[in-house]
Amino acid sequence: MTEVSEIICVACPKGCPLQVRYEGDKVLEVLGAGCQRGKDYAICELQDPRRMVASTVKVKGGLHPLVPVYTRSAFPKPLIPQLAQALRQVEMPAPVVIDQVVLENALGTGIDIIASRDMPEAS
Amino acid sequence: MKQTYDVIIIGSGPGGLAAAIAAKENGAEDVLIIERDVELGGILVQCIHNGFGLELFDKDMPGPAYAQYFIEKVKGLGIHILMDTMVLDITSDRKIYAINKDQGYIELNARAVVLAMGCRERTRAQILLPGARPAGVYTAGTAQRFVNVEGHMPGEKFVILGSGDIGMIMARRLTIEGARVERVLEIMPYLTGLTRNYVQCLLDYGITLQKQRTVNRIIGRNRVEAIEAVSVDEKWNPISGSKEIIPCDTLLLSVGLIPENELSKKAGVLLDPITNGPYVDDRFMTNVPGIFAAGNVVHVYDLVDWVTEAGYVAGKGAAQFAQSEKIKAGPQIALEAGENIRYVVPHTLDKDHLAEDLVRLQMRAIVPIEERVLVTVEDQNGAVIAKKGEAYARPGEILSLVIKPNAYEAVQKATSLKVNVRKR
Repeated sequence: MTEVSEIICVACPKGCPLQVRYEGDKVLEVLGAGCQRGKDYAICELQDPRRMVASTVKVKGGLHPLVPVYTRSAFPKPLIPQLAQALRQVEMPAPVVIDQVVLENALGTGIDIIASRDMPEAS
Repeated sequence: MKQTYDVIIIGSGPGGLAAAIAAKENGAEDVLIIERDVELGGILVQCIHNGFGLELFDKDMPGPAYAQYFIEKVKGLGIHILMDTMVLDITSDRKIYAINKDQGYIELNARAVVLAMGCRERTRAQILLPGARPAGVYTAGTAQRFVNVEGHMPGEKFVILGSGDIGMIMARRLTIEGARVERVLEIMPYLTGLTRNYVQCLLDYGITLQKQRTVNRIIGRNRVEAIEAVSVDEKWNPISGSKEIIPCDTLLLSVGLIPENELSKKAGVLLDPITNGPYVDDRFMTNVPGIFAAGNVVHVYDLVDWVTEAGYVAGKGAAQFAQSEKIKAGPQIALEAGENIRYVVPHTLDKDHLAEDLVRLQMRAIVPIEERVLVTVEDQNGAVIAKKGEAYARPGEILSLVIKPNAYEAVQKATSLKVNVRKR
């Protein structure tokens, strides 16, 4: 049986309202998307919802006590609370450089968590 | 240290960084950024969430990474930087007075100035929030700085007033850090931030948003213990029988941003009472010759990408002014807010500017239209000079439209230009 789900695309700030027609796991049609990214988002959202996740980890001896980090690619949505908990256990020594891995293969997803800026040592 | 610079930029957020880069790349020799913080980047430093750079780079970057890209560029271009330095005064003939702990009192001269001080948050006092005055009431951006940069959690149980972007982003951030967000309240009948933030910050985390509802009073002696929420009608009058006490220890306010123009006023820059920012032309020059303004100091943007773009335009204009002490400008024409448009930036257009470059207009709708709309720029006879279709128009999301150089002839003939947004 064909079912219809209405979702709002978050691939970009436009926020297109999407209508997804699907049968079980199979997406038949995506209506309302302004671009291909929106269509991809709709399919992903139904089968394996993912989000970019940003947080912070502690830094020892840095300009600030924290360094901001983010997922290198979109992360499985159901695992986000567990990821947040795992990041609270991480502490990096300063200096940290942008794109440096702070948590490899987070929760076995194959996705690394990386620093989103340099964090120099405190002067 | 030098005394005179071609271009001095006040502030190193995305607008200031872009202005510095553009000034240098357009021929200004000595460019100086003055920043009051101990590092460059402005508020981007605390905006650790993703979503920056999608318009300019087609890349989804966190705020600090977006800032670092421009910081590295600034450093590579040999732009001078004065960090940890507070500007006290600017005069209309572009003298700048500042202080820092190494040099003490500093006097500088600039051939052109770019104001890039950004904006500040509306506080409790500005929305006349009644009730006790306990600890635990913060603006959302202050809480963001605590949580993301300084490593303090301001509370455990939150209510957030206002559905602006920072409020919704903080709702998610606090949840990720283990706090509970009991409610987001919005006095307007519509969302004031971006729809995507409603989806990925509130819906994703099961956080309830209530529209046409606000804080009636704050309860608590030393620390916030609860807030009393109430529904309001269109005129914001409380509706009886709709009160609810929500226990919480912290109230965050995400109730709007105001361009920061205390320095601009000292320099004689005139402000638009609608945007709270300077009146600017299409090069982002204010009414004071040689003083430019870029980014949230002009009007509050909802995407950093547009702030960067505005910074480029202002920086280029400043470099041109610095080299000739004036800009070869053609006749100016006003860009008026027409049907369902609250304001248009820039306020005026140099008719000859279109010969060398396109001009981007940005405006906000007055009331939401939840169906396909057409944004138009029309002349005195209603002839369309430029147009753009959008899926909807919402006051919370800036409308953007480009006047292309091929409209040069039509603009030359126009005696007035009006921007409208209407149903298709």
